[in-house]
Amino acid sequence: MTTAGATLPSRRRWRLSEETRWALIFLSPWIIGFVIFTAGPMLASLFISFTEYNVIKPPEFVGLDNYEAMLRDRRIPLALANTAYFAVLHVPGVILISLGLAMLLLRVGRAAGFFRTAYYLPSLTPAVAIGTLFLLLLAGNGLVNQVLGIFGIDGPNWLTDPQWVKPGIVIMSLWTLGSTVVIYFAALRNVPLELYEAARIDGANAWQQFRSITLPFISGAIFFTVIVNTIAALQIFAEVFTMFFGARSGPGQSSALFYVIYLFQKAFKDLDFGYASAMAWVLFVIILIITFIQIRLSDRFVFYAGDDK
Amino acid sequence: MTLQQQGVGGAPPSAPVTSTTAATTTLTAERELEQHRPSRLVSRIVFYVLLFGATLIFVFPFVWLISASLKTRQEVFSPELFAFPLQFDNYAQVFQIAPVASWFFNSVVVGLLAATAVTISSALVAFGFAYFRFPGRNILFGLVLASMMLPGAVVMIPNFLIWNALGQVNSPLFTPLWAGNLFGSAFYIFLLRQFFLGLPRETFEAARVDGASYPRMFWSVALPLTRAALIVVFIFELKASWTDLMKPLIFMRDIALFTLPQGLKALVDRFNPQIGGQGEFQLVMAASVIVTIPMIVVFFLAQRYFIEGIATTGSKG
Repeated sequence: MTTAGATLPSRRRWRLSEETRWALIFLSPWIIGFVIFTAGPMLASLFISFTEYNVIKPPEFVGLDNYEAMLRDRRIPLALANTAYFAVLHVPGVILISLGLAMLLLRVGRAAGFFRTAYYLPSLTPAVAIGTLFLLLLAGNGLVNQVLGIFGIDGPNWLTDPQWVKPGIVIMSLWTLGSTVVIYFAALRNVPLELYEAARIDGANAWQQFRSITLPFISGAIFFTVIVNTIAALQIFAEVFTMFFGARSGPGQSSALFYVIYLFQKAFKDLDFGYASAMAWVLFVIILIITFIQIRLSDRFVFYAGDDK
Repeated sequence: MTLQQQGVGGAPPSAPVTSTTAATTTLTAERELEQHRPSRLVSRIVFYVLLFGATLIFVFPFVWLISASLKTRQEVFSPELFAFPLQFDNYAQVFQIAPVASWFFNSVVVGLLAATAVTISSALVAFGFAYFRFPGRNILFGLVLASMMLPGAVVMIPNFLIWNALGQVNSPLFTPLWAGNLFGSAFYIFLLRQFFLGLPRETFEAARVDGASYPRMFWSVALPLTRAALIVVFIFELKASWTDLMKPLIFMRDIALFTLPQGLKALVDRFNPQIGGQGEFQLVMAASVIVTIPMIVVFFLAQRYFIEGIATTGSKG
């Protein structure tokens, strides 16, 4: 009887408040999912990257062998270079063209919604269908070369000429930039018009107005789209896999070997889980470094209007 | 000169400008029009060429896709827009040479399950982050945000091993393709939390005073007020699931259990002449149309939600 009185306060101390308990109940799906499908797998793949593992036999610890093998594998620098080439053309391409199109839309007025829809439609196409469609459009006598022919340009074979495979893929990737246009258009519409009015009275020309009004106001949206598009570009897979990587190897394959495609082949064609996991972690570190650099740079450029976040 | 007037600064007379600025802008525009009539005309022409040129670039490939799906085997790579007679039979054929109807059904089932699961679970978690105050909340939410940067490739193999150990690879219930969504998804949690935070807290306090429990408050107060955001999450995930290729490639083996994109990929491998296929490419194009159309229909049914959803992700990011 006397001990009960003594234990009660300490038991109450360990009990969570009602609000915290309810919070945990609401958060429980994510907490469970995070442990099982994110944190656990992260540790597991890090471990697997130090082993030789192909599902059939139990994993065998090999230390840094997989990472060393990556240094000797000639396809790794090839895949990295291909991916970098793509990202370097794709990301600025998406940003600049989307910005241009969003500015066009801004001048359209009431019909802007129609054109915005037109620009956005390709983004709804499943990646596999995009790949198939561009097998047709980029073929030697395909639509792209026919249009080039109108201007007297003898187009290359985008699907087989090693020099032109990646530019062709970039063209394909730019077809689906519509969601970035939608984001920029929304951001541009939030720029207060009075500012332009004031700037014009001060004698600022169009370029000066763009530099000191438009750009600062949409810098947040630009920053967001640069980061998202870069991370996505480094992981390009489905369209290119559909076009160039079938049951049999075709021409243009080594120019189209992107990092995640090679990783996927290592994992699920060669069943070399250790090597593929090592590749995945290298990719993760690369993405972390690039994103970190972008965030640091953005501190200098991004301007948050009336930011109270 | 042309370039400057073409620039962003000048709001066009047709722009939806409100109140007094409209009058001033129109006046300025008219004055400019009088001063530089020829170059103004040139800039107008450039503007329309760019606007409609871009529209053509984005829309015409769809026309080409449909036209190619109606050509014969010999004509499919040919430059004519439409080759008569149109081969509507291609569509009948593609259903015969492959279980396209099953693939379609599988994709619909997976898409609906994936979208429903992720909407409910993400809303639950987002409400937890938005409404409750508890120790460690910011750290946990930081983890949610950080997990968005993780490339799928890092967790791909262990996730395969998990579903494999559970005997769910090639499952006729498609478990690996949607069950992970029962645990919420970082991006949607982030998005919905923003919406919940936008609701006035008094609404909830009033419900509390009326004696509503937390689950009841979530279900009957919070969810109805964020209907639009929930629809955004649902259609985003529907689209993501409908277009996904990698997960089905990893998890589904039986041809009757393929999803539509996975089946289309199998058809490409079989028929693409460039990688040694049999060259019935018109059938592949017909299958491409079948996989493309449903998302476009969904888009036109829910256009407002698509556009608002995308615009929001950009501004909240």
